[in-house]
Amino acid sequence: MTDGQLTGRTLTLRIFRGLPEGEQSYATYAVPEVVGMVVLDAVHFVQRNLDTDLACRWNCKAAKCGSCGAEVNGRPALMCKTRVDTLSDGPITVQPMRSFPLIKDLVTDVSRNYEINRQIPQFTAAPDDGSPWRIDQMDIDRLYEFRRCIECFLCQDVCHVNRSHALAPQFFGPRFFVRVAGLEMHPKDILDRRELVREEGGLGLCNITKCCTEVCPEHIHITDNAIIPLKERVADEHWDPLRRLARRLRGGPGTRGGEAAPAGALGGPGDGGEGGGGAGAA
Amino acid sequence: MAAEAPPAVARPHREGLGTWGRLRRATPWWAQPLTVVAALAAFTGYSIWTSFFGPGPNHVAEAGPYLSPFFSPLWWKTGPVTPALWVLWSPLGFRATCYYYRKAYYRSFFWDPPACAVGEIRRRYRGETRLPLVLNNLHRFFWYPAVIVVVFLWIEAFETFDDRGHLYLGLGTLFLLLNAVLLSAYTFGCHAFRHLAGGGLDCYSCVRGGKSRFRLWRGVSVLNANHPMWAWVSMFSVVWAEVYVRLVQAGMPDPHLRF
Ligand code: SF4
Ligand code: SF4
Ligand code: FES
Ligand code: FES
Repeated sequence: MTDGQLTGRTLTLRIFRGLPEGEQSYATYAVPEVVGMVVLDAVHFVQRNLDTDLACRWNCKAAKCGSCGAEVNGRPALMCKTRVDTLSDGPITVQPMRSFPLIKDLVTDVSRNYEINRQIPQFTAAPDDGSPWRIDQMDIDRLYEFRRCIECFLCQDVCHVNRSHALAPQFFGPRFFVRVAGLEMHPKDILDRRELVREEGGLGLCNITKCCTEVCPEHIHITDNAIIPLKERVADEHWDPLRRLARRLRGGPGTRGGEAAPAGALGGPGDGGEGGGGAGAA
Repeated sequence: MAAEAPPAVARPHREGLGTWGRLRRATPWWAQPLTVVAALAAFTGYSIWTSFFGPGPNHVAEAGPYLSPFFSPLWWKTGPVTPALWVLWSPLGFRATCYYYRKAYYRSFFWDPPACAVGEIRRRYRGETRLPLVLNNLHRFFWYPAVIVVVFLWIEAFETFDDRGHLYLGLGTLFLLLNAVLLSAYTFGCHAFRHLAGGGLDCYSCVRGGKSRFRLWRGVSVLNANHPMWAWVSMFSVVWAEVYVRLVQAGMPDPHLRF
């Protein structure tokens, strides 16, 4: 059996329909299953054949643009990466991401994330001294993982600090902890964002319960490799009395191992984390 | 709105989901928190019993060459309180502030959240920003004594080989050694140690000894990737080693070879 062939099974899709101010309900659709079908295929079938004004956001259908995030059977997921044959029998419920304001049907307003992103000082290198720009492989290895982020914001959606406690204004959220971690660990970056991520970023609100890691479609170990290392760095700077004493004895704010002292923003190559425009809504 | 059903073709097997995945999906969301609560409560209950109410002189569990890990290092046995008190605060504090156990108890005891994308009961939430939970940021200060305890467990496990000049190979020795191995894997896979070992550096090639620290960090990361597993198996091994010593203390023979 090859992809695209009908399986003979008919799926029942329950899709959230509505506007922020208007009536909101779930509509039920019958969709013929094809081999290898993903939830986005089923939603597109509905859009093409059954309900042409259903709104959903998507772009690549390859789990790379990060725009088709929704909640499938109550779990944040990329619609284009969720095969229907991995879901339990029974109706498939598709809802918009709950932590973001609704625009229409499955489309939400994720612009808050771009505002958070702007609060984070971008990659900043030391002034050019004419020497060659070399980075040792071992200094950069662990940063690749963070660069895989596709900004789908599923982690922001599932995080209970946003979802259940609505503390978003005081909380950067997992996606941006990943970005800050990538900048802080960068061997050429000279800024210190630890106070920022503790104070404005609300790092302490994260209780490392790992839901962000569980939903990340890029399998980034958000909690273990970004958030916990950041918490440890903040502990060095803020909580650890011995380090504080050592800094005082040395005089001045001190430096971190292998890294230059904090400096003002000096400009430099972008770190590619400026956030982009959303993908087209169909 | 129903679409017309297409002609039937054999239904494919559910390719995307293995047996384990199906089992997980079939398990209700509350099963995991409940298991964690039961296991941690049993561990705490047993610790209290053995430390304060266990048999033996001043409740100490020791038999022949064996000393229970709950009482190690044992510097003095007499005194107004159980000697477990001099030791227990360290592993208990270490586990209570461990990043993995924090996750486990926030989910299972505080229901913050009980599972992902499931509603919460508590309205007020301050995470780890207020007392007492803010103290979890000092986890590293429990790591230092935990290392000392692990060193003693190794020493004591090796000491059981010596039976007044003879080589003694007992089943208990095996359990104590296994316990030292598992506790070492847990202790040296700690996130605070991972940071200390090299995770806190930004540029390994810029500092003296950076390459060694990079290697150390990479090694710790291997252990750290399975930290939850080490946390559980080491907890069970501590309890098992303790139960075994208690059984020998109560008269159970310890199968052994003596050379
Ligand atoms: S680990 Fe922290 S950031 Fe991730 S979902 Fe949990 S509370 Fe949110
Ligand atoms: S970290 Fe993962 S879940 Fe979060 S935005 Fe990036 S890719 Fe999506
Ligand atoms: S359409 Fe799903 S990630 Fe691009
Ligand atoms: S993080 Fe678990 S022991 Fe340190």
